[in-house]
Parts: sequence; C-alpha cells; structure tokens
Amino acid sequence: MKTIAELLAEQTFFQGLDQGSLDFVAGCGRNVHYSAGDRILTQGEPAHTFYLLRSGSVALSFYVPGRGGVIIDTLDGGDVLGWSWLFEPYKWQFDAEARADVAAVAFDGVCLRNKCDSDAQLGYLLVQRFAKVMLARLQSVRMRMLDIYGPGTPS
Amino acid sequence: MALALPADVRPADAMVPVPYRVVGRARETADTVTLSLEPVGSPIVTPAPGQFNMLYAFGVGEVPISISGIDAGQRVRHTVRAVGAVSQELCAAEAGAMVGVRGPFGTDWGIDSAAGGDVIVIAGGIGLAPLRPVVHELLRNRRRFRRVTVLVGARSPEELVFRGEVASWQASARITVRTTVDYATAAWKGDVGVVPTLIERVTIDPEVTTVMICGPEVMLRFTAAEVLGRGVAAERVRVSMERNVQCGVGRCGHCQLGPVLICLHGPVFPWSRVGPLLARREL
Repeated sequence: MKTIAELLAEQTFFQGLDQGSLDFVAGCGRNVHYSAGDRILTQGEPAHTFYLLRSGSVALSFYVPGRGGVIIDTLDGGDVLGWSWLFEPYKWQFDAEARADVAAVAFDGVCLRNKCDSDAQLGYLLVQRFAKVMLARLQSVRMRMLDIYGPGTPS
Repeated sequence: MALALPADVRPADAMVPVPYRVVGRARETADTVTLSLEPVGSPIVTPAPGQFNMLYAFGVGEVPISISGIDAGQRVRHTVRAVGAVSQELCAAEAGAMVGVRGPFGTDWGIDSAAGGDVIVIAGGIGLAPLRPVVHELLRNRRRFRRVTVLVGARSPEELVFRGEVASWQASARITVRTTVDYATAAWKGDVGVVPTLIERVTIDPEVTTVMICGPEVMLRFTAAEVLGRGVAAERVRVSMERNVQCGVGRCGHCQLGPVLICLHGPVFPWSRVGPLLARREL
C-alpha cells in the first residue's frame, strides 16, 4: 500500500515539490473514502480541510431558495476540492457531494496553515498551486459569462 | 481538404435549388429541430461529413445549414435553430412541406486522414450537428481508429441536441463520451462547466491525435487554445467556421475572412489556417 507521500507525488497538483516538502504536507493528510450521495462539505460550515481527489466525482453546488441545489462545477480524480481553509473566515462557500464513490486525501487545513506560517517557502509553493487552480476556475466562470454557446453558433 | 470548388458541383447548377420534401421533423430543443429531407426528383450529390447545404424556404429566403445526417439512400438531415426569418420558417416546416436545397458545398472533416490515430470530437451547442455524421462514421468504422472521444457542451441539459443519441453513444462504451453544461440541478449526471475545461480530463497523445471542433467562434478559440496547450499541432486541429455565407460557391464574398472564403475554402479548416485570422480584430 502506498504512503500518502507516494500518492501525492503521483498527482499533478504536487508536481515540483521536493521530497522533504511532500513528506511535510503528507504529514497533514489521511486517506478518506465517500460513497455516492455522501455530503463532503456544507455551505457555511467551518472549513478546516481540503481534499485531493484520487478518483470519483464530486459536484459543487450552491443552494438557491426556490431552485434547490444548483450544481456549479464538477470535479474528478486529480482535482483539488476546497480552498476556504486558506482564507478567513474559514467557512465553506458551497456544498460538495460525491456523485460517484470517491477516494481522496484529506488534509488538515489548520495543520497546513501552521506549517506554511513557519515555512514561508513551502507556503509560497502551495499558494502558487492553489492560485493556479483558482485561475483555471475563474477562467471557466469567465467563459460561462461570455456565453460561449450563445449567438453565432453554427446552425 | 481541397480548397477548390468540388468538381461535381458546377457553378451553374450550384445556384439552382433542388426541390426536397420534409419527411420527418424532430424537435431537439425549444428552438431547434432536425428536418429529414428527401428529393422530389434528382437528388443533390451525396454530401461528406462537414459540408453544408443552402436551404431555401420558398418566398422567404435561403440560409446555409450544416448537414447533421447522411442516411442510406438519398435522405439528408439538417438541424436548424430558429434565429431569423428563414430559419424560423424552416423550423416550422412540417412533414410534407417543400424546401429548396443547393449543395453540398465546402470542405469536409477529412475523417480518413485521422485513421490509425486517436480522434477527439468537441462540440458546443448546436455545433454537434455537423459533427454528428463524423461520430456515425467513427462508430461505423470503429476499428480504423484508436481512442475516440466525444465532448459535448451546452448551456443546460435542456439545450443539448441529440440527447437520446448521445446517451446511446455513452451507453455503447465503444467511444468515450462526456457531456457538460453550464449549470444543472442534481438530476443531471454529466459534468458541469464549459467544454474547454473537459480537455484536461482527456488522455491525449498529441502526435497521433486529430481534433475536430465545432461551435461559436469564441468557443472555438478557447477550445483550440486548450488543445494546443496539450501539445497537439495546429495542423491536426480542425474547426468548422460560420460566417455570413450567402452564395455558397465563393462568388459573392460575404463570408470572407481575410484571405479565405468560408463557403469555398471551408467551412472546415485546420486551425493553423484560421486561428491567426480569428485573432485579428479587423476581421
């Protein structure tokens, strides 16, 4: 069975981290599993964890009164779930639910924040990776704002 | 992909609509229908996947419509979205109605040149229409190709065209199919997000992969950028373009995009040819 550090080394998100940093981060992680339909995160609740999905599928949704849960994104193996643990007020902004059985590494956000505070270099490397994920999701939102399937579609 | 006028479509004939009868009409979405057409007399030349016809709604006008189905025999299918007077008239055509057909025009997807390698088909909105015959061809000759992946994006589940058929492609497991929408409720089992974001989730062997993309220009640009970012050469990325096509035979110039005419040199182009043109604001 692979160690958490070995699992992390296989993931694109952690590529480029040296072994020492990987071991450091892995020390805050544990393997978790969710069955399809399980709630992983709940909007408004404290955010002290983030997940690196190894396999499965997760839906991020936003509860809209009168419309119920509106799914705004779906994540797969290799994706990172959750960044509210990095920023005050450390509360989840969305719900997250497993759509298929999920295997993930869950990281203790408080542990990681403390490590990042004491090791600015590691903190920078991690924030850089989260910024890349955020940029990709921001770009995705911008494309939706542009309505890329809108007028001009070939008919 | 030839850049000359197909030899079997002579300009004189190419300007005369051939009467076709609507023999079937299937509603795809709230504003889109697929018409099945059969010739009343002599048929047009059998089209190749990617080509388009000019459809004439008698007394109203003519519009370019891509071919969404090439059936055995002489039947062709066109998927039309009601966006203007002519397309509204075509969408309203019931079985038995007559339409005029000129064509087929333009370049095709060049499916044969992708044989032996991987193929990724990417459609946005009604852009799946001209790619549907490609998927049919890939399924029909599945052994000629390695991995086949179809990515389909739409605003919402209700705006996905060919929903039942796409589901059957998924169920067949002969090809990989992913559908994505901008927003959805829990009932939706596909992906959520724009179609370019699915590209990072696809296995790509850039040296042997051919990518075929159809959708609005903005979608083409984002999607092509993602594909190029995965190492696929611009020559291996093909896109189907739409501009103001009117004559269909390269005479009127309305569909000019810099040095190319969409109706004559396209509508299917390698990205290496039109990508730089789309980045020029003056065009």
